[in-house]
Amino acid sequence: MFTLITKRLIQLIPTIFFVSVLIFLLQQLLPGDPALVMAGEEKDPEVIEQIRKRYRLDQPLPIQYLAWIGGVFQGDLGESMRLSEPVSTLVAQKLPVTIQLAVMAMIFTLGIGIPAGIISAVKKDTAWDYVVNVVALWGISTPNFWLGIMLIFLFSVQLGWLPASGYVSPFEDFWASMAATIMPAFVLGNSFAGVIMRHTRAAMLQVMESDYVRTARAKGLDERTVILKHGLRNALTPVITLGALEFGTLLSGAVLTEQIFSIPGFGKLIVDAVFNRDYAVVQGVVLVTATTYIVLNLLADIGYILANPRLRT
Amino acid sequence: MALTSTGVGAPVRETFESPGARAWRRLKKRRTAMVALVLLVLLALLAIFAPFIATHDPTQQSWRAVRQAPSLTHWFGSDEVGRDIFSRVVYGTRASLSAGVISVAIAIVAGVPLGLLAGYVGGWTDALISRVTDAMLACPFLILAIALAAFLGPSLQNAMIAIGITATPVFVRLTRGQVLSIKTEDYVEAARAVGNTRLRIAWKHILPNVMPQLLVQGTLTIATAIIAEASLSFLGLGQQPPAPSWGSMLNVAQRFLSNAPWMAIFPGIAIFITVLSFNLFGDGLRDALDPKAK
Repeated sequence: MFTLITKRLIQLIPTIFFVSVLIFLLQQLLPGDPALVMAGEEKDPEVIEQIRKRYRLDQPLPIQYLAWIGGVFQGDLGESMRLSEPVSTLVAQKLPVTIQLAVMAMIFTLGIGIPAGIISAVKKDTAWDYVVNVVALWGISTPNFWLGIMLIFLFSVQLGWLPASGYVSPFEDFWASMAATIMPAFVLGNSFAGVIMRHTRAAMLQVMESDYVRTARAKGLDERTVILKHGLRNALTPVITLGALEFGTLLSGAVLTEQIFSIPGFGKLIVDAVFNRDYAVVQGVVLVTATTYIVLNLLADIGYILANPRLRT
Repeated sequence: MALTSTGVGAPVRETFESPGARAWRRLKKRRTAMVALVLLVLLALLAIFAPFIATHDPTQQSWRAVRQAPSLTHWFGSDEVGRDIFSRVVYGTRASLSAGVISVAIAIVAGVPLGLLAGYVGGWTDALISRVTDAMLACPFLILAIALAAFLGPSLQNAMIAIGITATPVFVRLTRGQVLSIKTEDYVEAARAVGNTRLRIAWKHILPNVMPQLLVQGTLTIATAIIAEASLSFLGLGQQPPAPSWGSMLNVAQRFLSNAPWMAIFPGIAIFITVLSFNLFGDGLRDALDPKAK
């Protein structure tokens, strides 16, 4: 088991290296000279020269990369040109908001996806199976920004039940925070619920045909115990692994959801940075998101190894 | 036609069916996939014949028709500057379908040769291509597409390039995996034994066997690419105004939800139907091309 986990950890190093190179090279895609872009409208030659020196743009690319990655290792992701604040401070401020949203979305995802998947597998080829599959496809095919707009129209504009936008910290006012985040969390979790449902269904169908489930039935156990104790417990392992990976994808989905509901999280930070050409922030956010995704991937793998007795030896 | 002997009595005539014909026969049995195919053909026709189907000029503003509810003149209503929403939705099909198809074409053209190279050559080439692929897959799809589109500059063309680049690693990984499982097959060994070059083996013997999976993945990725294009346009990084695109129409519609909800309803339904059709067709195609399926 330790060999497997060590192997996975060693494999991470080149992946993280290439991620950092990729993100660093993003800036090179900028049409023209980045210093000219950063200098703004006036294009004062002195300012341009200062910018070149400050961001080491006058030095060769590998030196620029080493300087940047050296800073990253010390927690320095650069400075936001627009807000004149360290990117790491901005990330630390915004990340908890997005994590709250992602955790709530995950509750919706698993809370809808797993039961729906079980029902669909147990009632295979019945009307239940058909309805659940249609709902899953609906979830997967609905763009979440449109769903967000439609929910605002229904619950905020028409019924007036929930706020259309804004964010309240749960530490300030728990219920106001829930009211502000329940719609965005549902929107975010909706499409992933469809994915989780499909995987749960596939895993359950496979498990329910296995020998040990047949044995459990032959022993005379009631169907409920067979499904929940013998079937679900074994079918859930791959689903939970997938759930950990989806959590990383939720961070990406949060970009549009936060934009629609004006939630000051990670997604809004990157969109605002994009429009203000605040490239250090864009690079920082992509780096943090990618690293989070890689770490979650690793945790999912370790979880899978721990949960699977055949890999544990 | 092939003749086979049963060993007893007269030889039995057995019909030979090509893999394409078999897949089509299986696909025809799947009603949802066929409905999706019909919808996709209709959407393609809508995009091609948009000038004949649209009832108005999609960019024509009219201050006398600002935010009008759906009526006989404006079937889907009109927007904040009096443009006809039906005509804009019809023309928007062009942006969405072309963005979906072109960005996936970019991803396939870039990803398949790289996957073939990684899987077939192996060694350092494989290690390098695989690690770069892992690195790209580690960056969440939409965030990478937004970052690329932002750095390239906002336009439909750049959005397609950004989505295409972002989707490339999926095809690299898929092709590489398929090549690894196919390259040890007897027919590939035989092709090598008779002296075929690596390039010829990859092109003639390996690629045709990877095609079914590529077709399925390509169809499903078009659905993802259409949502990505709509998302980028929604954020202002795709199709630029006044040219119509479903994503940018939704962005504007958000501001007029309380008094003109139709501005948001119809472009959203258009995205939903298109994405759903690609997903259903992709699912059907996967089942039809699955050798284990009946």
